[in-house]
Amino acid sequence: MGRFWSLLFLLVPILGAGLFVVAALPNSAPLYDHWFPEDVSRDGFIIDNLFNFILYLTGVIFIATGFLLFWFLWKYDAAKNTEPVKFIHGSHTLEIIWSILPAVTLLFIAIYQMDAWAAAKMRRPVISAGADGVEGTSDDQLKPPLVEITGRQFEWRLRYAGADQKIGTPDDVHGVNELHIPVDEDIVVTLKGEDVLHSFFLPNLRLKQDIVPGMKQFIWFRATRTGAYDIVCAELCGWGHYKMRGRLVIESREDFDRWLQAERDEQNRVQYSPSETDE
Amino acid sequence: MMSSTTTDSQDHATTPSGGGVGYFIGKYVFSRDHKIIGIQFLFSTLLWFLIGGLLALGIRWQLAWPWSNMPVIGNLLFSAEGGQISPEFYTMLFTMHATVMIFFVIIPILAGAFGNFLIPLMIGADDMAFPTLNMLSYWFMWPAFILIGMSFFTPPYGAGAGWTSYPPLSAVLGAAPGSESAQTLWLLGVTCVGISSMMGSVNYLTTILQMRAPGMTMFRLPLTIWGMFITAILQAFALPVLTAAGFMQLTDRMLGTGFFLPEGLIVNNSAMASGGGQPLLWQHLFWFYSHPAVYIMILPAMGMVSDIIATFSRKPIFGYKPMVYSISGIAGLGFIVWGHHMFVSGMNPVLGMTFMTATMMIALPSAVKVFNWLGTIWGGKVQFVTPMLFAISFVSMFIVGGLSGIFMAATPTDIFIHDTYFIVAHFHYVLFSGTAMAVFGAIYFWYPKMFGRLMNETAGKLHFFLTFIFMNGTFYPMHILGVVGFPRRLADPYHYETFAQLQPMNQFMSICAIGMVASQIIFAINIFYSMFRGPRVGRNPWKSNTLEWTAPSPPGHGNFDFQPIVYRGPYEYGSPEVDTDYYPQTQPPPEAESSGDGET
Repeated sequence: MGRFWSLLFLLVPILGAGLFVVAALPNSAPLYDHWFPEDVSRDGFIIDNLFNFILYLTGVIFIATGFLLFWFLWKYDAAKNTEPVKFIHGSHTLEIIWSILPAVTLLFIAIYQMDAWAAAKMRRPVISAGADGVEGTSDDQLKPPLVEITGRQFEWRLRYAGADQKIGTPDDVHGVNELHIPVDEDIVVTLKGEDVLHSFFLPNLRLKQDIVPGMKQFIWFRATRTGAYDIVCAELCGWGHYKMRGRLVIESREDFDRWLQAERDEQNRVQYSPSETDE
Repeated sequence: MMSSTTTDSQDHATTPSGGGVGYFIGKYVFSRDHKIIGIQFLFSTLLWFLIGGLLALGIRWQLAWPWSNMPVIGNLLFSAEGGQISPEFYTMLFTMHATVMIFFVIIPILAGAFGNFLIPLMIGADDMAFPTLNMLSYWFMWPAFILIGMSFFTPPYGAGAGWTSYPPLSAVLGAAPGSESAQTLWLLGVTCVGISSMMGSVNYLTTILQMRAPGMTMFRLPLTIWGMFITAILQAFALPVLTAAGFMQLTDRMLGTGFFLPEGLIVNNSAMASGGGQPLLWQHLFWFYSHPAVYIMILPAMGMVSDIIATFSRKPIFGYKPMVYSISGIAGLGFIVWGHHMFVSGMNPVLGMTFMTATMMIALPSAVKVFNWLGTIWGGKVQFVTPMLFAISFVSMFIVGGLSGIFMAATPTDIFIHDTYFIVAHFHYVLFSGTAMAVFGAIYFWYPKMFGRLMNETAGKLHFFLTFIFMNGTFYPMHILGVVGFPRRLADPYHYETFAQLQPMNQFMSICAIGMVASQIIFAINIFYSMFRGPRVGRNPWKSNTLEWTAPSPPGHGNFDFQPIVYRGPYEYGSPEVDTDYYPQTQPPPEAESSGDGET
C-alpha cells in the first residue's frame, strides 16, 4: 500500500500545478475566463506581474518539495526498504543553508514589492511639483479629486463638482452606483463612509480600498480602455452586502464632459432648491 | 488505588454499576482528572465540529445553487422564504461557521483536548498543577456553548457581523441582521471561551515548568509539548487584549461609549449619538489577539505531527533544536504581524511595509519546519498507518497553505486578493487541511492511550482517503476563484458579470464539500465502534518512545504505576545502542542496572 499512498501524495504537486496552468491558459475550454479579469488600467499589470513572480517562485518550491515528499515516501517505505534506518539527529550545515536561502528570498520579495505599494498608496498624482520642483515633497500641488464616493448600506453615492469645479457646494452633481470617468487621465477619488465599513473594489483596475466612516481617503488610478465594468463591495456591510454593486463607465473625455453636462442640466431642471434660482 | 482506578477507566463507556449517581458525576462529569477533562473537551469539540461542518454546507449550498430550494430541510428551516436561504441567514451562516470552527473547535480541541490529555502524560506528571482550575476551564466552556447556542435561537437567528465582528456593523444595534441581542450573546460567548483558554494556559505553563519527571529537561520534551508550551504563552499574552476589546465593544453596544464609533454615523437613516472613536482601533486590538491565535491553532498540531512522523518513520526527528527554535520564532514574530490583515483597511501605508517585511520573515521558520519533516522521513522506514497518513498530509497541505500565504503577505498583490477566495483558500489549507488533518491523525494515534483499544485501521484509511480527495476538491479551486477576484461573504456573487462564469466551479466544490462531510460518518462510527469492539492493546502499540506509552492504556488516576525517570530525548528511534528500533525515554542505558523496561 505504501506505493499507493506515495502516488496519492504525488498527485498534490501534479494536479495542483496543473490546475493553475489550465486556468492561466487563455481560452482553455472548461475553465474559460478563470484567471485575472481583463486589466483596463495603466498600473494593474504591475500587480499581475508581482503575483505571477510569486506564483513562479512558490510554484517551483511547491513542485520540488511535493516531489521530494513523494520520493522519500516511495523510497523509504518500510515494506520495501531493507536498509537500516539512518540514525541521524540533523545537520547543522543543512539547517544553515535552508534558513539563509529562504530568508534572502523572502526579504527580496518584500523589498521588490515596496515600490509598487508606494506608487499605489503613497504617491498621489500631482499637477505641479511646487516651488522646489521636486515631486513627493510637501509643497506639491496635488491633483484634486474628480468625484467623491460615499459608501452606505447598500449603495455607492457619488458627487461630482458642479459649475464651480468644487465638490461640497450646493451645485454638486449627485449620482448613485454609476461612476463615469474619462479614459487615459489620472483620476483621484475621495472615499467616505456614512454607516459601516465598505470596500471599494475595482477588479479590472486591481484596486481595492476599505471605506471607514469618519475617515476621508483618496485613491488614484488611470484607466486605459473604454467600457463598463463592475464596482464590487468587498467588505461585509450587512445583509445586502452581496447586492452593493456599482458600474464603472470609462469613456472618452468628450463623452464624459457631455454626460456630466447632461447630468447637471437634468439635476437643475428637477431640483427644488430655495436658495438658488432656476435657470 | 492505582489498579482499581485503571479498571474503572477501562469501563468508562459503560455506566459504573457499583458507585451510584454521585460517584459517576464526580468521576466523569465534574472530574479533576486531566484525562477525563481532555476527553470531555474532545467530544464537546467534535460535536461542535459537526455543527460547524453543517453550517459550511449551508454556505456551499447557496454558493452552488443560489436562491434555490434546499432539499428536505429547506422547508423546515425557512418556510417563510419558500425553502430558500435568505441573505440574512447567509450572513449568519458564514459568521457562525467561522466562530464555531475557530473558538469552539480548533482552539479547544488542540489546547483543551490534547493539551489536557497529553501534557501530564508526556512530561511524566501525575496530573496538572491545578486540577480544580483545570476542571473549571472545561466548565467555563459550557456558558460559552449555551450563549452561542442562544445566539442561534435569538431572532433573527445568529450573529451576522462576521467572525471578525468589525464595528460599526457589529457595534451599532440594528446595523446588521442579528446585531441586536444575538451579537451581544456572541460577544459574551467568545469571552467565556477566552476565560476557559486563559485558565488552561496558566495551568499548562505551570505544569510544564514545574512538574516534569526527573531527568526530563526542557530539551528532552517531545515537540508536542513544546507546541503546547509556546501556545500557552501566546494565549496568556494575547488573550487579555481580545477580552478587553470585547468588553469595549459590549459597552459601545450597551452603554453608548463609542470606542469604535466615529462622529456622525447615520445607520438605517437614524443618526448615532455616540462618537469620537475609531473603527480601525477594533481591528488592531482584534488582530493583536487573532493573529497569534492563528499560531495557537497550528503550533500544537505541528508538534503532534512531528511526534507521529518520527514514530512512523522509525527515525529521530531531523533537527530537534531547530524545530524548537522555529516554533519559538513563529510565536515571537506572530506578535508583530497582525497588521497584514489590514493592508487595505485605511491603515497608514508606511505601516503596511513594516508588517509586510515581518510577515515575509515568519515564512522562514515555517519553511525550516517543512524541511525538517522531509529530513525526518528521509532515510527512515515509513509505516503507512492511518495516523501517519494524516500526518504526511498535514505536511503536504501545509506546504500549499504556507506558500499561498506569501501572496497575501506582499502588500501590492494583497490589494487585489484581499477579501477574495484566495484568502479563504489559504486559511482553509492551514486550518482544515493542516490542523484538522493533524487532529484526525492525533485521534487515531492517541486513541489507544485514551480508551485502551485501537481504532479500525481499514475504516481509518478509507476515512483518510475520502477526506483527502474531497478536501482538495473543495478547497483547491478556491485559489483559482481568488485569482479572478471572487469576493468572500457574498450571498450571490453571480450577478456581477466579472464572476458569473464561476458558478460551475463552485458547484463542483460544493459537491466535494458534501462528500467531505459525508466521509466523516465513517470516522464517527469508527470512534464509537472501536470504543467497544476495537482490539485491546498494551501500553505501547506503536512502539513509541515518549513517556505516555509507558503508562497503562488507559492510564488510571495518577497516570503512572511507577516513577518515570527520563534518560534521553524523545526521538531515539533506530539507535545502535539497543537491539529494538526504539528506545523509550525511561529505559535505562545498557550499562546501568535494568529495572523494569516499561513494557507489558
